[in-house]
Amino acid sequence: MILLVAGAYFLIPLWAALRFAGIKALGSVVTQAGFGDALWLSVRLAVVTTIITIVLMLPTAVYVHLRLPAVRRLLEGITILPIVIPPVVLSVGVLEVAPGFLKSTPYLLALMYVILAMPFAYRAIDAGLRALDLKTVVEASNSLGAGWITTLWRVVLPNLKTALLSATVLTVALVLGEFTMASLFLYQTFPVWIVVFDQTSGQISVAASLDALFVTWLFLMAITVFGTRQSRRTGGGQVNLFSAARQETRGN
Amino acid sequence: MTADITGNTAADAAAADGTRPTGRTQGTSVMLRDLSRSFGATKALDGLSIEMAPGELVALLGPSGCGKTTALRIVAGFETADSGAVLVDGKDISSVPANHRDMGMVFQSYSLFPNMSALDNVGFGLRMRKIGTGQRRKRANELLDMVGLAPQAKQFPHQLSGGQQQRVALARALAIEPRVLLLDEPLSALDAKVRLQLREQIRTLQQRLGTTTLFVTHDQEEALSMADRVGVMSHGKLEQIAAPDELYEHPATAFVAEFVGIMNRIPAEWQGSGMVTCVSCTVPVKGDSVRDPGSDGAVDVLVRPEGLTMEVAANGNGIVTTKTFLGSVTRVGVLLSGDVTVQIDKPSAEAAALAPGTSVSVTLPPEPVLVAPRR
Repeated sequence: MILLVAGAYFLIPLWAALRFAGIKALGSVVTQAGFGDALWLSVRLAVVTTIITIVLMLPTAVYVHLRLPAVRRLLEGITILPIVIPPVVLSVGVLEVAPGFLKSTPYLLALMYVILAMPFAYRAIDAGLRALDLKTVVEASNSLGAGWITTLWRVVLPNLKTALLSATVLTVALVLGEFTMASLFLYQTFPVWIVVFDQTSGQISVAASLDALFVTWLFLMAITVFGTRQSRRTGGGQVNLFSAARQETRGN
Repeated sequence: MTADITGNTAADAAAADGTRPTGRTQGTSVMLRDLSRSFGATKALDGLSIEMAPGELVALLGPSGCGKTTALRIVAGFETADSGAVLVDGKDISSVPANHRDMGMVFQSYSLFPNMSALDNVGFGLRMRKIGTGQRRKRANELLDMVGLAPQAKQFPHQLSGGQQQRVALARALAIEPRVLLLDEPLSALDAKVRLQLREQIRTLQQRLGTTTLFVTHDQEEALSMADRVGVMSHGKLEQIAAPDELYEHPATAFVAEFVGIMNRIPAEWQGSGMVTCVSCTVPVKGDSVRDPGSDGAVDVLVRPEGLTMEVAANGNGIVTTKTFLGSVTRVGVLLSGDVTVQIDKPSAEAAALAPGTSVSVTLPPEPVLVAPRR
């Protein structure tokens, strides 16, 4: 019963949107002005944000787990902050400290998205590390003759594949759906484009939202399937996809 | 075929085609010299010194927090001592990092790499030593065979039981032909039956390979049954290190006496000149087990359940309260005056007559006893 209600809650708006836009509009989205640029910008931002996030969060999480377990609680608290701080405040903060050459490029947004993605990425990596019993595994590797780099590369990273996939999925979903900051800084990312385009053609805009939803869903499914196959082989955990719910669709 | 005819062992065969033989002819000597280590205000190790002969299995036994694991981790190179040194074959290795120490370690928690099969886990140390794939596989298979897990070579850790995982971990530690084998409570996470099997397997392998082994445990039965010598630790110090029977029969201190085996503590009176009176018997005191009996001469005598004698007597000094059948002997609980209960072992046939409530006379044979200050 609950499932039915929940299903209706999710499916009826989609069905309504599809009725409003019409099947034809779904295909014609790609030919609209600005579509390619907006999508390409969003994809670039997603890639850059994911790379920065993982390069920053992975070593930090590993280091804290191994050497500063007492700080773990504090770090957990800090990583939650971006959820409670309003986007405007975050934006101003990043503007204050961002290097000058970035300020006039859209990659400034990537810096902000890194902060937004931090709670999700950190949690995913942290869960992976916890499941691994990092300390023992690292010591075992050391005692068998592996140095630090080898240990990270051959032992730690392969076992965090699932966690890193989760972090990537979450970050990408967040970047592809983020509207507030992009619009605040006047960059036409994909969600911004949908809203702007809405003013010229409501139907196309709704169709674009549906397309985005569908493509993102496909993408997340692909990562989940890939991740699960990997983890089934090695006995790791399931890829966590609560990110899917966070994907914003700005259809109206 | 040749191997069958000449009766060559796998080790000889391995030696013939260039790999090193499984068995080590001479072991490594290890010396822990005056190790101290503090964590904040707590002294985990306080001047610990142990000498291990080549091929010897020494168990460090003690309650949790006594510093035994810290000692092992210092030998492994995962902790550094505040002072003191670890000498392997006479060389100070204090400044050598863990990954260059050539020590095989088995951990309490399952430490296998989850992303590798059993075979790759065992081969990991060989890979780090740049041994080619073919030889590595062969040697890893040999070791898995040695711990009885050849059929599981392709399985991943999550497909193995706890006991199997620890056997793979043991094979992995032995694969690098370590100079020293370090075992950090490797059996405590396993259930009783598996623990017994693995205990024997570890001991057999260790003796066959002649690898000097340091074994940390809080389980006295494990320590006593496996080790050549057992070191009992308390508060970062070594209370006594001796062969298991020596430790049981001649404990050097009250702590050792009470930690190893079952020990009765009976109030007694200090008589001076090395004599003590307990349950109306005056007996000599063993060695200098007590130096300062306190002003009132109040001490306790420490005696094992088999060290007390007991006769049925109408007006005895004790009353039988409990009986525990242990097979050939029965452990009888006797309540003495002063609300002291002692455990006395009797052959089961004799104990049959001792129903709870029977009045008995408990005496101490005229042999030197261990004495400790009254608690």
